[in-house]
Amino acid sequence: MIERRGIGRPVAHLVLVLGVFVVAFPIYYTFIASTQSLTTILRPPLPLTPGGEFAANYGEAIFGGIGRIGGVDVLTLLFNTLVMALGIALGKIFISILSAFAIVFFRFPLRMAFFWLIFVTLMLPVEVRILPTYKVMVDLGLIDTYAGLILPLIASATATLLFRQFFMTIPSELVEAARIDGAGPLRFLRDILIPLSRTNIAALFVILFIYGWTQYLWPLLVTNDNQMNTIVIALRKMVSFADADTPWHMVMVTAILAILPPVLVVVLMQRWFVRGLVESEK
Amino acid sequence: MPKAVFPNRFLPYLLLAPQVAITLVFFYWPASQALYQSTLKEDPFGLKSKFVGLANFAAVLGDPDYLHSVRVTVVFSVSTAVLALALALFLATAAEKVVRGKAFYRTLLIWPYAVAPAVAGLLWLFMFNPAMGTFAYLLRDAGYRWNPLLDGDQAMVLVVVAAAWKQISYNFLFFVAALQSIPRSLIEAAAIDGASSTKRFWTIVFPLIAPTTFFLLVVNTVYAFFDTFGIIDAVTGGGPAQATQTLVYKVYNDGFVNLDLGGSAAQSVILMAIVIALTAVQFRYVERRVHYG
Repeated sequence: MIERRGIGRPVAHLVLVLGVFVVAFPIYYTFIASTQSLTTILRPPLPLTPGGEFAANYGEAIFGGIGRIGGVDVLTLLFNTLVMALGIALGKIFISILSAFAIVFFRFPLRMAFFWLIFVTLMLPVEVRILPTYKVMVDLGLIDTYAGLILPLIASATATLLFRQFFMTIPSELVEAARIDGAGPLRFLRDILIPLSRTNIAALFVILFIYGWTQYLWPLLVTNDNQMNTIVIALRKMVSFADADTPWHMVMVTAILAILPPVLVVVLMQRWFVRGLVESEK
Repeated sequence: MPKAVFPNRFLPYLLLAPQVAITLVFFYWPASQALYQSTLKEDPFGLKSKFVGLANFAAVLGDPDYLHSVRVTVVFSVSTAVLALALALFLATAAEKVVRGKAFYRTLLIWPYAVAPAVAGLLWLFMFNPAMGTFAYLLRDAGYRWNPLLDGDQAMVLVVVAAAWKQISYNFLFFVAALQSIPRSLIEAAAIDGASSTKRFWTIVFPLIAPTTFFLLVVNTVYAFFDTFGIIDAVTGGGPAQATQTLVYKVYNDGFVNLDLGGSAAQSVILMAIVIALTAVQFRYVERRVHYG
């Protein structure tokens, strides 16, 4: 440390504590609300400590309470969201590893043409082409299917570029050694390249899982049947400020259930997540 | 690039096939449809359409609603990016100073990254909606007329705060990484020369992290443009009186609610041009950054 004297460090702690307070407060507030009775929620200000309805609210929500409001069981909603998030994460990692492998370790006609074909999709989000993509979904009969939820969102080059970058750092000797030992390309991919990419895969998995779990506009458009809703969509549909009958305590529980899985993934896999985020630059 | 490669004629095409197929079907097909559609005028039932050239673009760019939406988007994006960047940098410099508890603070600060934009919007609305929000209640108690459901400026403040809140985590992680990469010897040398910590920050630290700041500025702008649909839909639905209707929200609204297909497609094409421009800016920067190490 440069300066031992001074008030620098205690002030820094104070700033961070305040920062954490501001950043975590909205989530904490929602958690508090999810442990209160409906009447307490409707009479602001809300107490700052958890109420006594934790077991009652969560029990009611999980065993049919949310199902009675939106017509869809909460487990179905969580399952749909999980399928979508895992499908996007694993699907994108799978197709990206294969195409990056082809582009880096083979020489073939039109190699660069294919690379640019994929590269152009970088950062062009589905939001800017929603209407035509929606029409494609209708034409292909993919409305209300998991494939419809997943496939358009994995059509992007970010992961491919990341793997390409990493594969290019693999020393030539490794490839030569593998070839001398008689390993074919698929064997090389399975036994050498994928084990070496483990940290990249883990980092990418966290980022893409969060991306998939937090989608909103696309699942809103591509699902008409409530049974195919994700939990984020269902939560949005439950909320109506104009309607006096909105069961806010159930809404709060649903919000916590929608937040919890991705937060757990980020916090528990923090090491890979932070590395992947800062290194891959999105 | 490794010089040793596998000799194989068909395998590389097979390996590329899944990604290329998905890209063609779900990216190039709709993108070309958007381009084509943007030159057509269709009747509301989708029965007939005729070629109108650039008339849709002229109509969109001459529409006062669209220009209003451009202004809203600029105000929203700039406010969100500046707020999220300033708070994150402030927290990151504080995190650089502490020795103990760094991991603890970081763990608590990265939560918002994992919260869906639509849910983030709802969380802030829970706290600030006039009917039952605790903070709305406190503001009213203090004599302030708070009603974001009726007042456009207040609605804008609420969506900006919610959008910036979600982006703090991301910026914080990048700033921490940037600050750690600054050589200690530079800062020590300045300290020996008697530069105060404020002076050291503005003359050494800030210029050295400028590339990261610029990169984050682009990323935050892209985020504010495109990833905040959920926040706006949850908090205000574009209202009141279009006060928070950003460009992406308008594409959705015109295409799916008002069924103006040609106009919506023309807006999509304009948005694509904006993203491509932003990406190009970012790539120029990424190349430059290599020299900074």
